[in-house]
Amino acid sequence: MSDPKYAIGIDLGTTHSALSYVNLSGSDGEKTQQSVLAVPQLTGPGTVEDLPLLPSFLYLPHPDEMAAAELALPWNASGAGPVAGEMARSRGATTPIRLVSSAKSWLCHPGVDRRAAILPNDAPEEVTRVSPLEASTRYLQHLRQAWDTAHPEAPFTQQAVTVTIPASFDPGARELTAEAARNAGYDAVTLLEEPQAALYSWIQGSEGRWRKEVKPGDIILVVDVGGGTSDFSLIAITERDGKLEPHRVAVGDHILLGGDNMDLALAHLVARKLAEGGTKLDPWQLRALTYGCRAAKENLLADASAESWPIVVPSRGSKLIGGSIRTELTRAEVTTFITDGFFPKVEASSRPAVRARAGLTQLGLPYAQDAAITRHLAAFLGRQVGATADVPGFAERQNADHTFLHPSAVLFNGGVFKSALLATRVMDTINDWLYMEGAEPARMLGGADLDLAVARGAAYYSYVRRGEGVRIRGGTARSYYVAVESAMPAIPGMDPPIQALCVAPFGMEEGSELELPGQEFGLVVGEPVHFRFFGSSTRRQDVIGDVLDFWGPEELIEMNEIQATLSPEGRQAGDVVQVRLHARATEAGTLELLAVASDGQRWKVEFDVRAEGQ
Amino acid sequence: MSTSNNLPSFWARIPLAFGAFFKTLGDAEFAARIQQGPTVAPPPAPVAPPPLAPVPAAAPLREATPDAALQLLALLQREARLIDFTQESLAGYADADIGAAARVVHEGCAKVLREHFTIEPVRTEAEGSRVTLEEGFDAAAVRLTGNVVGKPPFKGALSHRGWRATSVRLPKLAEAHDASIVAPAEVEL
Repeated sequence: MSDPKYAIGIDLGTTHSALSYVNLSGSDGEKTQQSVLAVPQLTGPGTVEDLPLLPSFLYLPHPDEMAAAELALPWNASGAGPVAGEMARSRGATTPIRLVSSAKSWLCHPGVDRRAAILPNDAPEEVTRVSPLEASTRYLQHLRQAWDTAHPEAPFTQQAVTVTIPASFDPGARELTAEAARNAGYDAVTLLEEPQAALYSWIQGSEGRWRKEVKPGDIILVVDVGGGTSDFSLIAITERDGKLEPHRVAVGDHILLGGDNMDLALAHLVARKLAEGGTKLDPWQLRALTYGCRAAKENLLADASAESWPIVVPSRGSKLIGGSIRTELTRAEVTTFITDGFFPKVEASSRPAVRARAGLTQLGLPYAQDAAITRHLAAFLGRQVGATADVPGFAERQNADHTFLHPSAVLFNGGVFKSALLATRVMDTINDWLYMEGAEPARMLGGADLDLAVARGAAYYSYVRRGEGVRIRGGTARSYYVAVESAMPAIPGMDPPIQALCVAPFGMEEGSELELPGQEFGLVVGEPVHFRFFGSSTRRQDVIGDVLDFWGPEELIEMNEIQATLSPEGRQAGDVVQVRLHARATEAGTLELLAVASDGQRWKVEFDVRAEGQ
Repeated sequence: MSTSNNLPSFWARIPLAFGAFFKTLGDAEFAARIQQGPTVAPPPAPVAPPPLAPVPAAAPLREATPDAALQLLALLQREARLIDFTQESLAGYADADIGAAARVVHEGCAKVLREHFTIEPVRTEAEGSRVTLEEGFDAAAVRLTGNVVGKPPFKGALSHRGWRATSVRLPKLAEAHDASIVAPAEVEL
């Protein structure tokens, strides 16, 4: 990359994607010249509009459904291939068997082969499905082509590009996102966690005033509730050489729960109400009702004086007046279902309910089973009570009596928090928890752009990586382990107990590489070796090579198996090669495990292993 | 200052300047005359006799392209069901039913206007307040009504603020797109 003109940030969201960019020549220090790219996309057959957001939906049209010429884009005159964006979403709503949605949630679904063509997962045989990886690739490609069309003077591949991911993404999903970017023709891409992007955007938006709003010793909780996922992060503010330095100390688990669930919950409530009155809705009307409920919810949550909001489900046929159904959403319903249903006032000690899954194999996405975001938040803060123990300047603030980590400031992100009522509810709940433990209330950091903050923050990160402005330190957000059989006598009828060997410690800084000491593995060339693989978001003290005999049920989470295959290049198949494991945190923001032979040859250990029998 | 009183004032010159500007831009013959430099005397009459009865040139009228209109119609139907609404007879429906449908139309129309146009009031003063129109005011943007006599500055009450579309963002259309289908028929399989 010789001399980029722009720093580009891409928010690859579950429901929407966006591209923001900073003009490098017009920016200096904390004064940045930033814009959002209007993305040309089909909004109907033969109709192209420039919109700030690209809905992350892919529609796979039937060959007779639309003439290819009607699907032309500025960079795709023939109109070949699937359709991404607004038309995909609206068209797909009436033909869901051809619609790929939530590809990002599938990309981090550990139970499926994410390179296999499995989407849409309820499509009939004749629809050519795509993989979660390919769907993500398509959105990234669309954004690249939109950029190249708008900026022919500054080719995309020559710019500094950052793509955001949920902080909760495991190494496999991170690697797949980087792979999707490569497949989409991105030359060098950096990954950034979305809550960090939100904080960058807030820092940038404050134009330097953020230094007055936070001080060393602050712990910022980022609550990011998007369309499909909720994501939490904790960022501690430290001081180094007289300068404030944010330090990302903890990230939450992946929670498939977001604003869309709320709209759907309300739509089902209203549909039930209508059904009691004898009005049955078809799927088309239910979708219209969902849109209506979203608007009604937003209005009721924005205007505290409104007691109810009318909803009209338009008729499907051309008889609008005769065929429309009028109903309404009341404040009591919104309060019960949204405020108290998704954001209940709970104790700091409450935890999300977990139901045993009905079966082993899942066809759909693993949605969160407890809808209460505040309970997920309580669990997160409780689990991370020791998150700042090792951060310089925070040791004395650590108190053994605290049952959860005490944040001192909260930054909200995601369209859900356009409702001040919901942001206030979360603040009140957290402040109740703090009050019960005798702590000062946390304050809310205001002024965030809830829809575009992630894309803007990502562009700003592309910019600060080049040496200007403040950077958040963090490193890897988990420690990682492989299972090794312990040297204990076998007991009949029991699996041999396993030990966990730490192969990558917490907080590895990008660009660093560690070797696993002592342990050598004999791998057979050409024969894949599987390891059970674990991650921990709380075990910060383990160093590479540590062996755990025992761990708490919440401490280590088992992830997909990982697999090392020594390709037979230069070696005989069947040979045994002694390798050592290395962990490497790449500049791009991914984690790599490597098997390194004594002669220096390296093989990557794959995180994303194809499912059995595929 | 020996300027004759016949010369136009500064304020009167502003519309003249604009008029000349647009006339130069739009009228090639006029532009050619400007290019030739100021003519003190009219150009010498051609030898050929002038036409006996000069036919007044027909005022050029612009033909509006139907595509943009059809496009807007399609948007209003898609978002606001405007064609459905207006094609239906209101007879036989209670006002409550019509009101329910009107919500769909109102919300949709507002969305189309918001997304595809930027619309601002022509006058920012509150309606009912007294306004003064200086000489050379834009007669296209302000319509005089009632006792229209005398000379500017005109003083009067603002009865409507007016609307100005400061930008239009209509979607681009594919070459082969048939804009006359403002709403396709739908067949559920």
